[in-house]
Amino acid sequence: MLEQGNLLRNCVLFGRLLRALGVEITPTQILDLVESLNYIEIGNRQDFKQSARAVLISRQEQLALFDEAFDLFWQARAANELTDLDLGKLLRKRRKPQTQQVVYRSSQPNGTESDQVPEPQIERIYTYSNQELLRQKDFAHLDHDELHAVKRLMAKTVWNLEPRRTRRTVRAARGRQIDLRHTMRQNLRHGGEFLRLARRERKFKRRPIVVICDISGSMERYSRVLLQFIYVVTSRLDRVESFVFGTRLTRITRQLRTRNIDQALRDASATIVDWAGGTRIGESIRTFNVEWARRVLNQGAVVLIISDGWERGDVELLAREMDRLHRSCHQLIWLNPLLGDVDYEPLVRGIQAALPHIDNFLPVHNLASLEQLAALLAAQT
Amino acid sequence: MIDIAQLKTIDQVQNLLASCHYVCDRSLATTIFLALKLQRPLFLEGEAGVGKTEIAKVLALLLARPLIRLQCYEGLDVNTAVYEWNYTQQMLQIRLLEAAGDVQIESARRELFSPQFLLKRPLLQALESVDGLAPVLLIDELDRADEEFEAFLLEVLSDFQITVPELGTIKATTPPIAIITSNRTREIHDALKRRCLYHWIDYPSFEKEYGIVLVKAPHAPEKLARQVVTFVQELRREELYKLPGVAETLDWIAALVALDQETLTEEIVNDTLGALLKYRDDIQQVQRSAVRPILERVQVMV
Repeated sequence: MLEQGNLLRNCVLFGRLLRALGVEITPTQILDLVESLNYIEIGNRQDFKQSARAVLISRQEQLALFDEAFDLFWQARAANELTDLDLGKLLRKRRKPQTQQVVYRSSQPNGTESDQVPEPQIERIYTYSNQELLRQKDFAHLDHDELHAVKRLMAKTVWNLEPRRTRRTVRAARGRQIDLRHTMRQNLRHGGEFLRLARRERKFKRRPIVVICDISGSMERYSRVLLQFIYVVTSRLDRVESFVFGTRLTRITRQLRTRNIDQALRDASATIVDWAGGTRIGESIRTFNVEWARRVLNQGAVVLIISDGWERGDVELLAREMDRLHRSCHQLIWLNPLLGDVDYEPLVRGIQAALPHIDNFLPVHNLASLEQLAALLAAQT
Repeated sequence: MIDIAQLKTIDQVQNLLASCHYVCDRSLATTIFLALKLQRPLFLEGEAGVGKTEIAKVLALLLARPLIRLQCYEGLDVNTAVYEWNYTQQMLQIRLLEAAGDVQIESARRELFSPQFLLKRPLLQALESVDGLAPVLLIDELDRADEEFEAFLLEVLSDFQITVPELGTIKATTPPIAIITSNRTREIHDALKRRCLYHWIDYPSFEKEYGIVLVKAPHAPEKLARQVVTFVQELRREELYKLPGVAETLDWIAALVALDQETLTEEIVNDTLGALLKYRDDIQQVQRSAVRPILERVQVMV
């Protein structure tokens, strides 16, 4: 058995390893781990592992990572390889391979910065009429400067969403319910005569939003701007969940929560494995329904699906899954960049299958359409 | 009755749970053991019907302590979870004071907001020990409550104390054995989870589930029990919206026993599938394409 001092040190080191792997661990948790050693037989590796897991991990997704880290770390400890711990290997395992083409290429394309064309020093200044033009310009036709300007303008859009009446109550001057507790306290002033009734009413709260965005090949011209849009919504508002899909669904909420926008978009791009590939909307929506719907569609969520509807998979499946999704959320809105084209007719098979199950079908091809969306979301009751 | 101080090993915990008909694997036993020893809340997450709530009941039984249960729902507030003043009595008291002739505002206020008029709700009750034994506090399905309630729980679970503005802070002499369950219909905040020992209860292996069925449904014919468990285990490989939990397995076998079945047939499976699956889509999908192949595999395996 290891000496107490040594073990303590190793516990701390192990905590650090987990932190390096992205598991948040507080000093209290390390102390708990050390305390738990008093109660278990340290010689029994499985018990020790289980104890460490119970104390240090609090998310199901991290359990597998923990198991690997534990085995790697304590094997190394046992063999006294105190130095050559192959952290890098584990870290690489955690990050998904970045072999795919990274579409996000705004200011710093993937690779070294030095050999790129330097950013223009003076940015074009946009007057009102310029802005108006920009608002109407299709995302697919933006040049580099315009893209930057659009991003700035996008960040200014106010996302003020329609609230939902919750089951919780707050004190209010004219509410439906009587606040007995407050009434009692207030009226003691008048010697216990009930002169005024304090009241409560139901509290309002913003609805959660779920964004599911298509990033397959046919959407390529729009993906980078739309990802930007998703970032703005996800980072501005709480209770937003974001997903992207091509052939399969990836959740990018956590990546987009980062304060720094470039960092966030880079992280998100690295997570996505199927940039600009084929589209399987039906299967992706099914994955969402099975794995995520119960977890993210509580409390009357609004779901935004952004896609052009080019379905390469099973159209019947898409219809079935859209139906189910529609039944489990408050509102289902389909945003289609192609809808900006005046001649567009929703003939694409995917759209045809999905149309009966959506509440709103809107364009999302320029800034003006995004503002229209914001207005729609704010106005509903 | 078992004293926590007498618990020395994880095996002991596992055996004790087994003696109360709760079959659990060693990892869960370890977590329970540590939760009791470190006096930390136990946070159990897992799909519906894998036996999360049952643990609280069994622990209360084993340790001979009262079980205080708080079922969570959206809008759960302090008045229903912690305490409420007894307004009717307070009003009566005011009238009595009036009848006696003099109402001194300050003294009346002090009297009306004294423990005598306090109605204790589950969380406050849980801070009280009876004969030096703290109760088992079950906070069930926390994911159904809203974030406001979660934030409130932080104070209760980290220090085991509650502040009543009119009375001051009430602290538990011995912390209750707190068990929180969640079906993970939403993520519980990390701050809360980090104050607890976390355990994810998965669907059981064949051996474990068979063990549970033997204990919980002792009247079932042995062959039927094996077939049922194998069938359910195979069914969990299908892509369904809601996989059947252990609770559903037990329901199903109870239904089959009530129908005097000795073995599984395609007909009886189709008729009783409602005990296992609770979504129409799932039932249709399984009836259409899964019942026969699974049954064939079951015949080979059992």
